Amino acid sequence: MPTVLEARELVKQYPGVLAVDHVSFSVEEGTCFGLLGPNGAGKTTTVEIIEGIIPPDSGQILYCGEPTGRRFREEAGIQFQNTALQDFLTVRETIQLFQSLYDRKADIRRVIEECSLGDLLDRDNRKLSGGQRQRLLLAVALVNRPRLVFLDEPTTGLDPQARRNFWDLVKRIRAEGTTLVLTTHYMDEAHVLCDEIAIMDAGRIIAQGRPDALLQHQYRNVVIELPVDDISGDLSGIEHRVLDNRGVIEIATNDVNTTLKSLATHVTGLNRMKIRQPNLEDLFLDLTGHSLRT
Amino acid sequence: MLRRIYAIFHARNLEFVRDRSSLSWNIVLPVALMFGLSFIFGGGTPPEYTVGVLQSGDTVDPGSHPFLRTRHVQFVPFTDLDEGVTKVARHQLDLLVRLQPPARYWVNPESPRGYFIESALLRSSLQTQGSRQIEKAQISGTAVRYIDWVLPGILGMNMMFSCLFGVGYVVVRYRKNGFLKRLRATPLRSFEFVAAQVASRLTLIIAITAFVYTGTSWFLDTRMEGNYGTLVLITVLGAISLISLGLVVAARVTSEELAGGLLNLVTWPMMMLSGVWFSLEGTGEWVQRSAEVFPLTHILEAARAVMIDGAVLGDVLPQIGILVAMSMLFLTVAALIFRWRPR
Repeated sequence: MPTVLEARELVKQYPGVLAVDHVSFSVEEGTCFGLLGPNGAGKTTTVEIIEGIIPPDSGQILYCGEPTGRRFREEAGIQFQNTALQDFLTVRETIQLFQSLYDRKADIRRVIEECSLGDLLDRDNRKLSGGQRQRLLLAVALVNRPRLVFLDEPTTGLDPQARRNFWDLVKRIRAEGTTLVLTTHYMDEAHVLCDEIAIMDAGRIIAQGRPDALLQHQYRNVVIELPVDDISGDLSGIEHRVLDNRGVIEIATNDVNTTLKSLATHVTGLNRMKIRQPNLEDLFLDLTGHSLRT
Repeated sequence: MLRRIYAIFHARNLEFVRDRSSLSWNIVLPVALMFGLSFIFGGGTPPEYTVGVLQSGDTVDPGSHPFLRTRHVQFVPFTDLDEGVTKVARHQLDLLVRLQPPARYWVNPESPRGYFIESALLRSSLQTQGSRQIEKAQISGTAVRYIDWVLPGILGMNMMFSCLFGVGYVVVRYRKNGFLKRLRATPLRSFEFVAAQVASRLTLIIAITAFVYTGTSWFLDTRMEGNYGTLVLITVLGAISLISLGLVVAARVTSEELAGGLLNLVTWPMMMLSGVWFSLEGTGEWVQRSAEVFPLTHILEAARAVMIDGAVLGDVLPQIGILVAMSMLFLTVAALIFRWRPR
């Protein structure tokens, strides 16, 4: 598949912090590329450099093989993490406003239907719920029939159901052949939606590849989770890590039976035990020493 | 209850003090206002009478005639007889006098102040050694009422506040809440955004100014000696210059408090120096020169020339030219320095 977007050695320095440290990646057409990392990793700064909002200190961005310019602005759709819309305008008027700024135009009725905004068209922007607002912002990102869509933390602040609904919407957009660049700090979101991810921390990409391939490369085992409150003895003989923010201990093992036998004498019970496959959060923790969730 | 009040009080004070840019303007503005008022009004008690002296030079020599040493009178040199006579007719001068031969004076018999200053002139003329009869000319004409004179000032002031604050604050708010950033991600250019803001505010201000003028004119029968087309042109160009100035102020500011401070720093001097409430005629040269940097000064000069003096388009071309030049300068600067997102 052809490469739609390429970032080469992007650097952005702010006073006291190197926000983007020689970041490079490329995105193939029709795929969903994810930038995964905790808050402050440099994901949004990287994406805003690519979008042309922030100038880089050095590096290059190529869209369809050319430096980004007017063609990029016409063909890219962007949903920012934090943005306001004009007060006193309705949903319909907002969509029409943004579509009028482009030469390329999508079928507005289809965009409205895809984003489930049909019942909200005459509602004032100020009266939208969080989920409704995110759907409107996505619709605004789609009004120009974009080839490339940027979604910056699109489900932050949404309840689980709204998140699932949004994921379904993103999957439909991707199924139509639109290329997506998604930034998120939710590992489940990255795993579900992205064909390829780049894990960022402290301004650098520390791992990149297909989510399953990254996990298979790193892990041959499963993870046993136990609440800290259920531990009654000394676990120093068993390799484990404590996640204080979640109140659990995790033990990675490729021999569940032996590990459970060792645990039996150190716990008050195993009723609240979980056994799961390693996920991207485990990968991030192993690579950086700290959690994705702060 | 007091605890909660204090908590919010304390938090607000911290917010204010830590916003260094707006804090400094809250201090700078009153100090600047104090110096500005001293600059304008520092010349002592204004005189009771105003007399025009028709002569060739631009300074009045008190030693040349006893009348020119009369107390509580401001003597203003005039080189143009017609201009002086017009001001006497409109009670803007209490009397006009030419002391060189053939000595003559012009007075409006309906002017009470003209009556008393005429007495002083005749008395001092008698005292002059080898005095000759000073010839009298009576000028009739209705006074320009203060409302006729101040109406353009009030409309201009309203336009100024609407153009500067109505555009400046909005742009700063858009920048602060990220809406400008959202627009930046589209093919919209800085110039296009700026032009749209100008057009929007211009439409609104023309409509409101026309409405207020029409109502005021109908109720108070205010004076309109000139052409409405010329007046509309002055209003449109004046509004564009003020909107453009507001865009310059808002081009890079993120803090609404700072924007407010900067806009006040621009509007207060304009309000005091552009002739909104009182004429600057007779004030110091530095005061009058300072006023020329403000668009509102030229708007009001041109508007009053049309409304009170019946000036035609050709007469106000200098003011129109200045407003056009200012607008182009402000728009260019605003488009060049415009920042789409907060720093």
